Amino acid sequence: MIKVMSLAIRNLLRYKRRTLLTGLLIAVGVLAVIVFTGLSGSFKRAIVGQITDSVLSHLQVHKKGYMASIDNLPLDRMIPEKPYKKLNETLSNSPGVEGFSPRIKFGAMLSNFAQTTNVRLNGIDPEKELTAVPLLPSRIKDPKDPDVLLTPGQVLLPEILAKGMGVGTGDTVVLVANNRDGSVNGMTFEVAGVVESLMGPGGRDGYLHIDDAAALLRMETIEISEVAVRVTDFDALADVAGRINQALAPMVTPNGQPVFEVHTWQQLTPFYNVVRMIDLMTLGIKIILIAVVLISVLNVMIMSVYERVKEIGTLAAMGTQPSRIMALFVAEGFCLGLTGAAAGAVLGSGALWILNLTGVEVAFGGAGQVFELAPSVTPGEVLSACVIVLLVSVIASLQPAAKAAALEPVDALRHV
Amino acid sequence: MDIVTFENVSKTYRSGETTVTALGDVSLTIPRGMFTAFVGPSGSGKTTALNLIGCLDQPTRGTVTVAGQAIGSMNRRRSAAFRGKHLGFVFQDFNLLPVLTVHENVEYPLLMIQDLSKAQRKPAVEKVLTAVGMADQAGKYPAQLSGGQKQRVAIARALVGNPALVLADEPTANLDGATAQKVIDLMKRMRDEFGITFVFSTHDPRIMDQAEAFFHMEDGRLKDDAATGGAS
Repeated sequence: MIKVMSLAIRNLLRYKRRTLLTGLLIAVGVLAVIVFTGLSGSFKRAIVGQITDSVLSHLQVHKKGYMASIDNLPLDRMIPEKPYKKLNETLSNSPGVEGFSPRIKFGAMLSNFAQTTNVRLNGIDPEKELTAVPLLPSRIKDPKDPDVLLTPGQVLLPEILAKGMGVGTGDTVVLVANNRDGSVNGMTFEVAGVVESLMGPGGRDGYLHIDDAAALLRMETIEISEVAVRVTDFDALADVAGRINQALAPMVTPNGQPVFEVHTWQQLTPFYNVVRMIDLMTLGIKIILIAVVLISVLNVMIMSVYERVKEIGTLAAMGTQPSRIMALFVAEGFCLGLTGAAAGAVLGSGALWILNLTGVEVAFGGAGQVFELAPSVTPGEVLSACVIVLLVSVIASLQPAAKAAALEPVDALRHV
Repeated sequence: MDIVTFENVSKTYRSGETTVTALGDVSLTIPRGMFTAFVGPSGSGKTTALNLIGCLDQPTRGTVTVAGQAIGSMNRRRSAAFRGKHLGFVFQDFNLLPVLTVHENVEYPLLMIQDLSKAQRKPAVEKVLTAVGMADQAGKYPAQLSGGQKQRVAIARALVGNPALVLADEPTANLDGATAQKVIDLMKRMRDEFGITFVFSTHDPRIMDQAEAFFHMEDGRLKDDAATGGAS
């Protein structure tokens, strides 16, 4: 094998310029894949991280049927106190759950005594909320107390409403809400901060204390709209969700219907489609790489066989087995791919390092949010790009190599 | 004992609509150790005869036996193995591998065909390179050699595997008269030193005279006065 490789390398070096150009083409392809994978991956991570860590959390549990009308923030599909206790117990005992936070979600009228508008609100337990969405404080502008998210009697207003109504931290506002029975209640709140907008569901909601939400909605006992759950290992989300689903399955209504429904972040936000689109684009870039490698290696190998017909005839005449002649040419394709892939991997990793040094900022969504990306790829991703190149290089050289091996020595020796 | 036997051998080719007879009903024998030439003008069938002896081609009719093996029944794999074991080749254009040094070119059959170890290859290569007077040029590449030197390397490469028979197709065609004579002398000396049968083709009258036996070919047939010496 080593002798075949050694001869293959020497033959590649025979046409230095051609080998260099083809290797460079492959290297640029690998570089493009690595840089794109790094950028798109970090973009994905940044956005998914922002959405899950500051709004949705990793998964949510609702009363069965709530999701179907989630846009209306229905108050008649809340989780009553007793089932919530069971849910609380289940989640507390579920392995892989880092934290969870019950929320009361409702719509209200917000007044600054001069203007009134609609607002979507989340009643939260600040301590628990931080275990489910630890990045929520990073979205709060001009907080009243940077160390305290929220206390009873305070409200965090969405940026867009606060701006529109000219309300800021420390101002007093009135929230008026209808409860499930239709009766109206109003309470005054102090603005504890303004929450930066974020795309997706819940990205333009305000926050108040869960006890205030219950009082505003005149709840006799606290009923919960949703429970946001954060898992310890994001990559194990599907497993944890499956386990929670299983644990909750025995809880059924008198009709035999499940009491709860569990949804992961992918099912909760349309942004998941953007994530899938990014994955598709990455796949597209990889397909382009495959085409580049296939065409360039095939071209080089066809040329190589054509130019060396007489030499192939000599090797065959001397007694070189057809399989070894084939191996010689496949090894040339492999070495070409290996060189290009290795160079591309080094260049790609270097390019990512430079991008990390200079920093990459990307604006995304209507909210004009800017993400600072930290593009990186795992060794597995680099390896996968290199393995693709090597496989395609070998596949591309198979046909010319088979042609070389099939040459009749007597015809090949006659070739001019 | 004969190393090559042709029994009523014919070789025809299709060239478009017509059939070309390259060799017609040829019978001959070449004894072991003989320095034998196929002579005749271009297109007379010399190269076809050499290709058949070299297992590079198969007869259309008749039987060709080389080193006791009927070559007509061999498949590609077997004929390659047979060539690697029993035959050596010297080509008109030398056909050295340009990416390999002199030493590596000579080493090639032992390394890539016979799969010998380095300990076995090194003395064998050095022995033949010394024999052809190219030991001091072992590190050079073919492009750095003269035509005569290249042919000496090609002869060394043909000899290194210790074949029973070396076939040389017009080995002096690309050499000047003096160099051609040196190459012929070298081949003869190698025959004497290694006891290997040499069969070559030529249309050069100066070289024909050097052969101990020759077959005069014309239009794919042996001329009546063809064989001399030990050949028949």
